[in-house]
Amino acid sequence: MVSTSRIRTLATAGTVLLAVAACAPQATPAPMPTVSVCAKESLPTRTPGKLTIATDEPAYQPWFVDDKPDNGKGFESAVAYAVAEKLGYTRDEVVWTRVRFDAAIAPGPKEFDFDINQFSITEERKQAVDFSAPYYLVRQTVIALKSSKIAGKTTLADLKNAKLGAQVGTTSYQAITNLIKPTVKAQVYNSNDDAKKALQNGQLDGLVVDLPTAFYITSAEIDDAVIVGQLPQVGAPEAFGLLLDKDSPLTGCVSGAVGQLFADGTFKQLEQQWLTQTAGAPELT
Amino acid sequence: MSTTLHHDPSPAQRARDAYRRRQSVLSVLVAAASTAALGTLLAIAVTGAPGWQRVRQTFLDPQIAREALPQVLTGLWLNVRLLVCCAIAALLLGLLIAILRTLRGPVFFPIRALATSYTYVFRGLPLIIVLYVLTLGAPGLRLQGMPSVLVLGGAALVLTYSGYLAEVFRAGIEAVHPSQLAAARSLGLTYRQTMRHVVLPQAVRRVAPPLLNDIVALQKDVGLVALAGPIDAVRAAQIATAQTFNYTPYIVAGVLFVLLAIPLIAVTDRVTLRAARRQSGG
Repeated sequence: MVSTSRIRTLATAGTVLLAVAACAPQATPAPMPTVSVCAKESLPTRTPGKLTIATDEPAYQPWFVDDKPDNGKGFESAVAYAVAEKLGYTRDEVVWTRVRFDAAIAPGPKEFDFDINQFSITEERKQAVDFSAPYYLVRQTVIALKSSKIAGKTTLADLKNAKLGAQVGTTSYQAITNLIKPTVKAQVYNSNDDAKKALQNGQLDGLVVDLPTAFYITSAEIDDAVIVGQLPQVGAPEAFGLLLDKDSPLTGCVSGAVGQLFADGTFKQLEQQWLTQTAGAPELT
Repeated sequence: MSTTLHHDPSPAQRARDAYRRRQSVLSVLVAAASTAALGTLLAIAVTGAPGWQRVRQTFLDPQIAREALPQVLTGLWLNVRLLVCCAIAALLLGLLIAILRTLRGPVFFPIRALATSYTYVFRGLPLIIVLYVLTLGAPGLRLQGMPSVLVLGGAALVLTYSGYLAEVFRAGIEAVHPSQLAAARSLGLTYRQTMRHVVLPQAVRRVAPPLLNDIVALQKDVGLVALAGPIDAVRAAQIATAQTFNYTPYIVAGVLFVLLAIPLIAVTDRVTLRAARRQSGG
């Protein structure tokens, strides 16, 4: 056990370190957006006065609704409009375009100002494109068959006696052992495919995957599977970011806007509205 | 032959004994010196390598080894239980199939053919595929009373390994000289009695080393049931490694596996040695 005084010492030391680090010269000076620089008039967008946002076609629930990104419905559509508004663009100054997922992360010139399409921020991808600050931290989610004993449960305590599974070496497995701590030993699989098979066979009461995967499995892969609920944040979650062209002049401003909206809870609210309530992924407490 | 008479060795014999003692002391010393020299050379080669520091941090971290040990041991307990059950079942099933394959007489042809095709199929099929079919395929049938994943995984191991063991047993049965059979039958023993009292005892004794060898191989393969969900020693090490990005837990599991194999291998060596002595009449 770590004593409280030690935690306090560490926290102080951490704060001091951060302060020093903030003062230290950065190896690669990031563009520090100021209000004047990020004003709409001075933003070098593809079409002056307009903001061109891309996503994939088709765009799926719950990220978009009815495959219409411009209706403001669905989590990512809402996020895109919130960022546009933060940058000073009205709804009719936003232009949507469609770009395939793998075309967007490939190096090369881009047909958009930024792309929003559940892009996980990874070091490999950063070699080819720019990312904004994260707008969403992926949550781990429990899914089960409709016939399972845990379908419809609402608390973590309800999952104590369930036989749960996850893919090896993932945050999903950590979520089982660190958060749920079931009395029955968790089952571990080489891949989500094996785990899904075991779930379908009824060898598992529930399977833990990340939320986007959970939406995909329950809507497209296993007919009688349902989302039981989202687990609290655990481990080092994957983060979704807006994708921009490599070294895009907009990266600093867009990233700043995203960071502010993340910090003031706007995205959290949109998450509640579109992922938790509309899409039916309640939070397990 | 033991004798109670006091034996007084001649001076020549004493000289011989002293020479032998000196020789054995000398050979021990030479062996120790050569081992020390080789060990030093290896140690210098490994620890002097430019990447040694990093390898030591990522594969030989004592702190991480201590943290991972309980989980890996828990996993190893599963390996041990599976090994004992599967080894016994595979030996019995293998023996049965070998006996069926060596039945005489045209009336038994279908049984012989079945036993033969069994050994062909299960020696040829990759174990992983048998495991997948039984542990993730069979439960999909949603039958009443489907056993647990562990039992199904154990069944896959038994099916595969009894194929290998059956061939070892068959080699032993066929290596018993026909004159033994002829002698037993001429004494009035039935075919069954001949097998039970004359052929099988000799056959099993003769193939004990390769049988044990297959059991040692089985010991490493029982861990493959982990692909169906249960956590064995290697899987526990994999989980620990995924959390720390350090490979030390694998080394811990590897060392435990070797420790587990040592008694088995020692028994194998002793049995082999005894068999060799018996063969040469020494």
